[in-house]
Amino acid sequence: MTEPIVEFKDIHKSFGDVKVLKGIDLNIKPAEKIAVIGPSGSGKTTIIRMLMTLEVPTSGDIIVDGVNLWKMEKNGKMVKANEKHLREVRGDIGMVFQHFNLFPHMTILENCMTAPIHVKKEDKEEARERSIQMLEKVGLGDKLDNYPNQLSGGQKQRVAMARALVMRPKIMLFDEVTSALDPELVGEVLEVIRDIAKEGEMAMVLVTHEMDFALDVADKVLFLDEGVIAEEGTASEVIEHSKNERLQSFLHRFRS
Amino acid sequence: MFLQSLRKPDWVSFPSKYKGVIKINVIAEVFPDLMRGLGVTVSVLIASAFFGYLMAFIAGLCRLSNNIVLRKFTGFYIEVFRGTSLIVQLFWLYYAVPMLFGIELGSNWWIGVIAIALNYGAYMSEIVRGSILAVAKGQTEAATALNMSSFQRMRLIILPQAVRMMLPEFGNYLIQMLKATSLVYLIGLNDIFYYGNILRSNDLSMAPTVYLLVLLFYFILALPLIFLVRKAESISKKGVAS
Ligand SMILES: Nc1ncnc2c1ncn2[C@@H]1O[C@H](COP(=O)(O)OP(=O)(O)OP(=O)(O)O)[C@@H](O)[C@H]1O
Ligand SMILES: [Mg+2]
Repeated sequence: MTEPIVEFKDIHKSFGDVKVLKGIDLNIKPAEKIAVIGPSGSGKTTIIRMLMTLEVPTSGDIIVDGVNLWKMEKNGKMVKANEKHLREVRGDIGMVFQHFNLFPHMTILENCMTAPIHVKKEDKEEARERSIQMLEKVGLGDKLDNYPNQLSGGQKQRVAMARALVMRPKIMLFDEVTSALDPELVGEVLEVIRDIAKEGEMAMVLVTHEMDFALDVADKVLFLDEGVIAEEGTASEVIEHSKNERLQSFLHRFRS
Repeated sequence: MFLQSLRKPDWVSFPSKYKGVIKINVIAEVFPDLMRGLGVTVSVLIASAFFGYLMAFIAGLCRLSNNIVLRKFTGFYIEVFRGTSLIVQLFWLYYAVPMLFGIELGSNWWIGVIAIALNYGAYMSEIVRGSILAVAKGQTEAATALNMSSFQRMRLIILPQAVRMMLPEFGNYLIQMLKATSLVYLIGLNDIFYYGNILRSNDLSMAPTVYLLVLLFYFILALPLIFLVRKAESISKKGVAS
């Protein structure tokens, strides 16, 4: 058995009085591809935002590569992690957002090479070379000096992926990365994710409503419902052969 | 009574028996005299603008700090300087502060610069704060996801976008600062307005011509600034929305 690279242990999350997550246990193995499906408001985004350190869990532990993400030891006691601790741990994690969040004041190339240079202290030329290679890989080698507002939604999302990938994360998080796109642009983005997934070495968590895509790419699918993981298994077990009624009625809305 | 010792200034209810015209032939005489004040006006403007913007950034960032003492203290400074008039602040720094605290703030030139910079810095700090808050939350989150430190997020991602939003308002305040420099003659600086007033008091009949020229001087100084604001507006429109 390989050690999991990420462990969620009894994670609860409330926003004010609203309990969004009610005990999530989850293991992610290195290179594992996990798809998260579930109705709107079930907490899919919240799960991956906690892993990206954008949201603090109310209780429970998240362990990344053996290190507690949100807690650290201080004078023999576990206390809330500070920014320094978070910076050490989240270097392994990358994320692609639903609304791209590209940096509008930078060219496509600068969007990609800024973090390697300033965060990883990479040599400028090397960062530039790697960024260009990555942008070529996602099919944007001819747009290097364009600004984000000169691109289509699909192109923006591919830049966002290249930007995350040049940081060489061990885990990549995708939050409904195609749902803000026009239907005809969804294919090109899924194609890139498929290619990345095939390369293998990186673990991926994909929040998605694209069931065919999940069947194709995911090793494991989680069905999130009312704050718990209601169903878990291989893609075919969960999407094609589950007896769970709520899951079936949820899936029904995507089959037409 | 103390008040009775104050003489009624001569410009109170200016008698309309004085008639005057704008004299073209006097312009050539007045112009060089006003020119002598140009250096002071321009240097006070440049220095006040520099320190004013600096103050705006310092106070604007302090207002956003996690440190509550810093936040409250800066808030106090901003409210005091926005809530009182620049003339009074000028006189405070010139007369009251040295007498009360024994602090010499430097030459009159420096006192003028400090007063204008503190006053406009207070106003402009709200622009700095507002612009930083107006940068979309997703930008900070994307920068965090790339593991930037909070300092890197501010320097590389937030500020460059926020500054673009600040530019047009900064430009407008620059023009206002130019106009505010005309107050420094009250603390004995020899700026354009000072020389204008000297000319008028030497020969009252020259007043219309003198003040027409003074107006023109300020307007011509403002022209490049107006052009700068236009430019700033077009820069700020470019490349902000993703
Ligand atoms: N910052 C927040 N403050 C208050 N409530 C929040 C916040 N973020 C999320 N929520 C609430 O938490 C619940 C779960 O949100 P989340 O975004 O994780 O759902 P989701 O499964 O991603 O939904 P969707 O498919 O619509 O994206 C929702 O009810 C949402 O309103
Ligand atoms: Mg969501």
